[in-house]
Amino acid sequence: MALTKAEMAEHLFEKLDFSKKEAKDMVELFFEELRGCLENGEQIKLSGFGNFDLRDKSERPGRNPKTGEDIPISARRVVTFRAGQKLKARVEQLEAKK
Amino acid sequence: MTKSELIERLALKQLHLSAKDIESAVKDMLDLMANTLSEGDRIEIRGFGSFSLHYRAPRTGRNPKSGETVELGAKYVPHFKPGKELRERVNASLNA
Repeated sequence: MALTKAEMAEHLFEKLDFSKKEAKDMVELFFEELRGCLENGEQIKLSGFGNFDLRDKSERPGRNPKTGEDIPISARRVVTFRAGQKLKARVEQLEAKK
Repeated sequence: MTKSELIERLALKQLHLSAKDIESAVKDMLDLMANTLSEGDRIEIRGFGSFSLHYRAPRTGRNPKSGETVELGAKYVPHFKPGKELRERVNASLNA
Protein backbone atom coordinates (compact mmCIF):
# COMPACT_ATOMS: atom_id res chain seq x y z
CA MET A 1 0.00 0.00 0.00
CA ALA A 2 1.19 3.50 -0.79
CA LEU A 3 2.46 5.85 1.92
CA THR A 4 0.21 8.91 2.31
CA LYS A 5 0.17 12.07 4.44
CA ALA A 6 -2.30 10.41 6.82
CA GLU A 7 0.12 7.56 7.50
CA MET A 8 3.03 9.92 7.95
CA ALA A 9 1.01 11.89 10.52
CA GLU A 10 0.05 8.65 12.28
CA HIS A 11 3.73 7.78 12.51
CA LEU A 12 4.60 11.13 14.14
CA PHE A 13 1.71 10.64 16.56
CA GLU A 14 2.87 7.15 17.56
CA LYS A 15 6.65 7.50 17.48
CA LEU A 16 7.22 11.10 18.55
CA ASP A 17 4.30 11.78 20.87
CA PHE A 18 2.93 14.58 18.72
CA SER A 19 -0.78 15.25 19.19
CA LYS A 20 -2.95 14.20 16.25
CA LYS A 21 -3.30 17.86 15.24
CA GLU A 22 0.41 18.67 15.58
CA ALA A 23 1.26 15.61 13.51
CA LYS A 24 -1.19 16.48 10.75
CA ASP A 25 -0.04 20.13 10.67
CA MET A 26 3.62 19.10 10.65
CA VAL A 27 3.18 16.87 7.59
CA GLU A 28 1.24 19.61 5.73
CA LEU A 29 3.82 22.23 6.62
CA PHE A 30 6.69 19.98 5.56
CA PHE A 31 5.36 19.53 2.03
CA GLU A 32 4.25 23.14 1.78
CA GLU A 33 7.78 24.28 2.68
CA LEU A 34 9.18 22.06 -0.10
CA ARG A 35 6.63 23.40 -2.63
CA GLY A 36 7.28 27.01 -1.61
CA CYS A 37 11.02 26.55 -1.95
CA LEU A 38 10.73 25.12 -5.47
CA GLU A 39 8.18 27.79 -6.36
CA ASN A 40 10.81 30.38 -5.41
CA GLY A 41 13.24 28.82 -7.83
CA GLU A 42 15.39 27.21 -5.17
CA GLN A 43 16.86 23.70 -5.36
CA ILE A 44 16.34 21.26 -2.43
CA LYS A 45 19.06 18.91 -1.20
CA LEU A 46 17.96 16.33 1.36
CA SER A 47 20.95 14.18 2.26
CA GLY A 48 20.18 10.48 2.42
CA PHE A 49 17.05 10.98 0.31
CA GLY A 50 17.71 13.03 -2.80
CA ASN A 51 17.65 16.38 -4.58
CA PHE A 52 14.80 18.27 -6.18
CA ASP A 53 16.04 20.40 -9.06
CA LEU A 54 14.36 22.84 -11.43
CA ARG A 55 14.78 22.78 -15.17
CA ASP A 56 13.66 25.42 -17.62
CA LYS A 57 12.48 23.93 -20.91
CA SER A 58 12.18 26.04 -24.01
CA GLU A 59 9.21 25.83 -26.34
CA ARG A 60 9.25 22.80 -28.63
CA PRO A 61 7.04 21.44 -31.37
CA GLY A 62 4.44 18.94 -30.25
CA ARG A 63 1.41 17.20 -31.60
CA ASN A 64 -2.04 16.34 -30.34
CA PRO A 65 -1.88 12.54 -30.39
CA LYS A 66 -5.64 12.28 -30.94
CA THR A 67 -6.07 14.67 -33.83
CA GLY A 68 -2.53 14.65 -35.23
CA GLU A 69 -2.65 18.45 -35.16
CA ASP A 70 0.69 20.26 -34.69
CA ILE A 71 0.71 22.42 -31.55
CA PRO A 72 3.72 24.01 -29.87
CA ILE A 73 4.51 22.89 -26.30
CA SER A 74 5.08 26.13 -24.43
CA ALA A 75 8.24 26.98 -22.48
CA ARG A 76 7.96 25.71 -18.92
CA ARG A 77 9.74 25.13 -15.64
CA VAL A 78 9.65 21.58 -14.29
CA VAL A 79 10.76 19.79 -11.12
CA THR A 80 13.07 16.80 -11.38
CA PHE A 81 14.06 14.46 -8.58
CA ARG A 82 17.45 12.77 -8.32
CA ALA A 83 17.62 10.10 -5.66
CA GLY A 84 20.72 10.21 -3.47
CA GLN A 85 23.37 7.45 -3.45
CA LYS A 86 22.04 5.92 -0.25
CA LEU A 87 18.43 5.69 -1.42
CA LYS A 88 19.47 4.43 -4.86
CA ALA A 89 21.59 1.69 -3.31
CA ARG A 90 18.75 0.60 -1.01
CA VAL A 91 16.18 0.49 -3.81
CA GLU A 92 18.52 -1.26 -6.24
CA GLN A 93 18.81 -4.20 -3.90
CA LEU A 94 15.12 -5.00 -4.17
CA GLU A 95 14.49 -8.37 -5.74
CA ALA A 96 12.83 -8.09 -9.11
CA LYS A 97 9.69 -9.03 -7.24
CA LYS A 98 7.03 -6.83 -8.74
CA MET B 1 17.72 24.45 0.72
CA THR B 2 19.34 21.69 2.75
CA LYS B 3 17.77 19.49 5.41
CA SER B 4 19.05 21.72 8.22
CA GLU B 5 17.75 24.85 6.48
CA LEU B 6 14.39 23.14 6.04
CA ILE B 7 14.30 22.43 9.78
CA GLU B 8 15.17 26.06 10.58
CA ARG B 9 12.49 27.42 8.24
CA LEU B 10 9.84 25.12 9.69
CA ALA B 11 10.86 26.16 13.19
CA LEU B 12 10.08 29.77 12.28
CA LYS B 13 6.57 28.79 11.23
CA GLN B 14 5.73 26.22 13.90
CA LEU B 15 5.92 28.30 17.04
CA HIS B 16 4.40 25.76 19.40
CA LEU B 17 6.83 22.94 18.60
CA SER B 18 10.46 23.06 19.68
CA ALA B 19 13.23 23.09 17.07
CA LYS B 20 14.26 19.71 18.42
CA ASP B 21 10.78 18.23 17.84
CA ILE B 22 10.78 19.61 14.31
CA GLU B 23 14.19 18.13 13.63
CA SER B 24 12.97 14.73 14.85
CA ALA B 25 9.82 15.02 12.75
CA VAL B 26 11.67 15.93 9.54
CA LYS B 27 14.14 13.07 10.02
CA ASP B 28 11.31 10.66 10.83
CA MET B 29 9.30 11.65 7.74
CA LEU B 30 12.30 11.32 5.42
CA ASP B 31 13.25 7.95 6.96
CA LEU B 32 9.70 6.75 6.54
CA MET B 33 9.69 7.84 2.89
CA ALA B 34 13.04 6.18 2.17
CA ASN B 35 11.99 2.98 3.98
CA THR B 36 8.74 2.84 2.02
CA LEU B 37 10.57 2.98 -1.31
CA SER B 38 13.20 0.54 -0.09
CA GLU B 39 10.44 -1.95 0.60
CA GLY B 40 9.14 -1.58 -2.92
CA ASP B 41 6.09 0.55 -2.03
CA ARG B 42 4.91 3.84 -3.50
CA ILE B 43 4.48 7.25 -1.86
CA GLU B 44 1.46 9.36 -2.84
CA ILE B 45 1.26 12.92 -1.55
CA ARG B 46 -1.67 14.84 -3.03
CA GLY B 47 -0.60 18.27 -4.30
CA PHE B 48 3.08 17.39 -4.09
CA GLY B 49 3.61 14.26 -6.15
CA SER B 50 4.19 10.54 -6.10
CA PHE B 51 7.32 8.46 -5.78
CA SER B 52 7.46 5.05 -7.37
CA LEU B 53 10.04 2.58 -8.62
CA HIS B 54 10.92 2.08 -12.24
CA TYR B 55 12.30 -1.21 -13.45
CA ARG B 56 15.59 -1.32 -15.36
CA ALA B 57 16.17 -4.48 -17.39
CA PRO B 58 19.50 -6.31 -17.08
CA ARG B 59 22.10 -5.14 -19.59
CA THR B 60 25.71 -5.57 -20.56
CA GLY B 61 27.70 -2.50 -19.59
CA ARG B 62 31.27 -1.51 -20.10
CA ASN B 63 33.84 -0.19 -17.68
CA PRO B 64 34.79 3.10 -19.39
CA LYS B 65 38.32 2.94 -17.97
CA SER B 66 39.35 -0.63 -18.76
CA GLY B 67 36.96 -1.29 -21.65
CA GLU B 68 35.99 -4.53 -19.93
CA THR B 69 32.36 -5.66 -20.31
CA VAL B 70 30.30 -6.18 -17.15
CA GLU B 71 26.92 -7.86 -16.74
CA LEU B 72 24.55 -5.51 -14.93
CA GLY B 73 21.55 -7.15 -13.28
CA ALA B 74 17.97 -5.94 -13.33
CA LYS B 75 17.32 -3.17 -10.82
CA TYR B 76 14.81 -0.62 -9.64
CA VAL B 77 15.37 3.14 -9.60
CA PRO B 78 13.34 5.72 -7.66
CA HIS B 79 11.11 7.96 -9.77
CA PHE B 80 9.22 11.15 -8.83
CA LYS B 81 6.19 12.49 -10.66
CA PRO B 82 5.26 16.02 -9.53
CA GLY B 83 1.61 16.52 -8.61
CA LYS B 84 -0.70 19.05 -10.22
CA GLU B 85 -0.35 21.80 -7.61
CA LEU B 86 3.45 21.59 -7.51
CA ARG B 87 3.64 21.53 -11.32
CA GLU B 88 1.41 24.55 -11.67
CA ARG B 89 3.03 26.63 -8.94
CA VAL B 90 6.55 25.94 -10.19
CA ASN B 91 5.60 26.67 -13.76
CA ALA B 92 3.82 29.91 -12.81
CA SER B 93 7.07 31.08 -11.20
CA LEU B 94 8.76 30.95 -14.60
CA ASN B 95 6.80 33.99 -15.76
CA ALA B 96 6.72 35.74 -12.40
